Amino acid sequence: MKFLLVEDNPDLANAICSRMRLDGHVVDHAANLDDATGFVETQDYDLILLDIMLPDGDGRDFLKRHRAGNRDTPVIVLTARSQVSDRIGSLDLGADDYVTKPFDHAELEARCRAVLRRKSGNARTRIEVGGIVFDPLAGHLTVGDQTVSLRNRELRLLELFINAPGQVFSKQKLTDRLFSYDDMVSDNAIEVYVARLRKHLEPSELKITTLRGLGYRLDHAT
Amino acid sequence: MPLESNVSGSLRNRLVLTLIGGAALLAFLLFVAVRNYAAQVAQQGQDNILGASVTSILDTAALREGELEVDIPYGAFAMLSTPADDRVFYAIFQDGEFLSGYEDLSPLTGQRESRWQFQSSTIRGETIRQVSASRTLVGLENQTVIEIVLGQTQDALAETLDQISRNAAVLGIGFFALAAALSFWATSSTIGQLNRLTTSVTRRGPQDLSPFRKPVPREMAPLVASLNSLMGRLDQSLSQSEDFIAEAAHRVRTPLATVRSYADATLQRVEKEENREALRSMVRAIDESSRAAGQLLDHAMITFRADHLEREEIDLVALINDLVQRLTPIAEMKDLTLSLDGDPQVLYSGDPILIQNAARNMIDNALKYAPPDSAVRIEVSSVPHIQICVKDRGPGFPPNEIDTLTRRFERGKNASGTIGSGLGLTIVQDVATAHGGTLELANRQGGGACVTLSL
Repeated sequence: MKFLLVEDNPDLANAICSRMRLDGHVVDHAANLDDATGFVETQDYDLILLDIMLPDGDGRDFLKRHRAGNRDTPVIVLTARSQVSDRIGSLDLGADDYVTKPFDHAELEARCRAVLRRKSGNARTRIEVGGIVFDPLAGHLTVGDQTVSLRNRELRLLELFINAPGQVFSKQKLTDRLFSYDDMVSDNAIEVYVARLRKHLEPSELKITTLRGLGYRLDHAT
Repeated sequence: MPLESNVSGSLRNRLVLTLIGGAALLAFLLFVAVRNYAAQVAQQGQDNILGASVTSILDTAALREGELEVDIPYGAFAMLSTPADDRVFYAIFQDGEFLSGYEDLSPLTGQRESRWQFQSSTIRGETIRQVSASRTLVGLENQTVIEIVLGQTQDALAETLDQISRNAAVLGIGFFALAAALSFWATSSTIGQLNRLTTSVTRRGPQDLSPFRKPVPREMAPLVASLNSLMGRLDQSLSQSEDFIAEAAHRVRTPLATVRSYADATLQRVEKEENREALRSMVRAIDESSRAAGQLLDHAMITFRADHLEREEIDLVALINDLVQRLTPIAEMKDLTLSLDGDPQVLYSGDPILIQNAARNMIDNALKYAPPDSAVRIEVSSVPHIQICVKDRGPGFPPNEIDTLTRRFERGKNASGTIGSGLGLTIVQDVATAHGGTLELANRQGGGACVTLSL
C-alpha cells in the first residue's frame, strides 16, 4: 500500500512512517499543505493520513479542495480534537474516518484497512503464493477450492508472515503486533491464533514452523 | 434556564390610558366650548330682537302738550313671537315712576341715555331676559325721562340650547370614540414593533448568536445595538472557551502521540525482555494519561453543551449505526462482533453530539471488558421508552459498587488492569441527566454487563 502522511510534527511523522514501513507499506511524508498538494498532484496514493493543524493552514481546507477536485483517494484525519470539541466535523467535510491522537498503531492500521475495504470495491490486492490466494483487504483466504473469511488477528498474522517470508518472529513480537496494550494477553494467546492459521493453511504448500525457544516462521514446503 | 422577569406595569396599558384619558378630556372641553359659544350666539340673537323691540316702542313715545304718550306698536311684540310661545312682560317708567305694564319689572336705576341695558332676572318664578332703554323727551316747558323695560321668558332659547347641547354631546362622543380607536391603533402599532423584535429574538435557537439585522424604529435602535453587542461578547466568550478546549487538547495530545509512536516503534526493534516490559509500561501510562486528558476535556465540553442543550430531531438508530460503523475496526482488532438491533427507526429530539458521545463511552467500555470472540450487542428501542442498551459478556459490575460507578473518577475494583479514566460513565450520566433521562447499570444473567441509557 502507498500512503501519504501529512503531519507537521517531525517526531510524530518519523514514528508513524517507520512503523508503517515496518508493516511493508510505502509512505511519503509532507510537513505542510503546500507539499501535500504537490505530492497528491504527482503521485497516486491508496490512502492519505491528514493532520488538521498545520503551519500553513487547516487540514480541513485541504480536504475540501481535495474532494472538490473530484479525487476519491480515501482520507483519514489525524486529530488532537475529540468529536465533541470539533465544531466542524471532519466527516462532514468528506473524510472517510478520523483517529484521535495519540492513537494505537494497531487501531490506525485497522481503520486504514476498514476504509480501504469500503473504498476499493473490485480493485482488490490479491497475493498468490504457494498455492493460496490471499486478499488482505477482504480478509479472504482461498486454499484449493475452499475460501474462508479470516478473523482479524488471523489475517494480520498471515500478513506479517507473507510480508517477511523466512523471517523468524518471536512470540513477544507477534503479541505486540496483534494485540493492543490495554488488552490483557495471556502467554498462549498467540499459540491459539497460530494453531488456527495452521489449520486454514493445511492443504497448501505453506506451513508455519515452530522454532523452539525462538518463535515461528512461514515456510514454503516444496 | 427560564428566568422570571421583574415586571412593573404595562407599556400598552400606560399608553392606552394616557391617550384615552386625553381624548376624554379634550372631548369634554370641546362639548363645553361649543355649548357656551352656541348659548352666547343664541342670547345675542334674543338680545338684538329685544333691543329692536324696545327701540320701536321708545320711538312712539312723545310729549304731547306736556303729557307723555306711548303707543305700543303691534310690531314691537310681533317680532318677539317665538315657536315656544314665550311670554313677554313690559313696564314703562317715567322719571323712575311706574307708569304702566307689569310692576314686577324693575327699572335699571342709574342708567342714562345709553343704549340697551340687558340683564337676566326672575319674575313670577320664570327666568327672563330683560332689556331696558331710556330716552329723554323734551317738551315746550318740561322734559321727562321715559324708561321702558321689556322682558321675555327663555323657553325657546332653552329649547335651542338643549338641541345644541345634544348635538355638541354627539360631536364630543364621536370625537372621543374616534380618538379612542386611534389610540388603540397607535398603541398596538407601537407595541407591535417591540413584539416583532421580541418574537424574532425568541424564535432563534439557543446557539444563534448572530447580530439582529432587521430594520427597527430609531427609538429601539439603542436596545438592539446593546443586544447585538451582548450577543457578540457571548459568542466570543463561547468560541474562546471552545477554542481553548480544542487548543488544550492539541497541546496535550500531540506530544503524547509522538512519545507513544516512538515507544511503539522502538518496541518492534528491542529484543531484551526487561526493556520491552518497560516500553510496554510506558505505552500504557501514555494511553492512561491521554485518555484521562481527553475525557476531562470531553467532560468539560459536555458539561458546557448540557448547560446550553440544543435539541434537534434525530434518528437514534442512524446515529448509533454511524458509531457502530466507526467502532467496528476496533472491535475487529479484538475479534469481537458488534451488532445493532432493535427498532428500524427511533426518532428523538436531543443533542446528537452528546448522545453519540454517551453511546461511544458505553460501547468503548463494553469493547474494553468483553472477552475475545464474544459479542457486544447494542439495542435501540422506543418501547416502553426510548433507550439505548449496550450488553457485553465481560466480567460485569461488582454488585457492591454498582451504585458508585457513575461518580467522577470512580472505577470498579475489577477494572484495575484496564486503561480508563473513571469519567466514561460520569459522562453518560451527565448526558442522560441533561436530556431528562436516566442511566441504569445491571449485570446480565449468564455474566456480563448491561448498561441502559433511557432518554
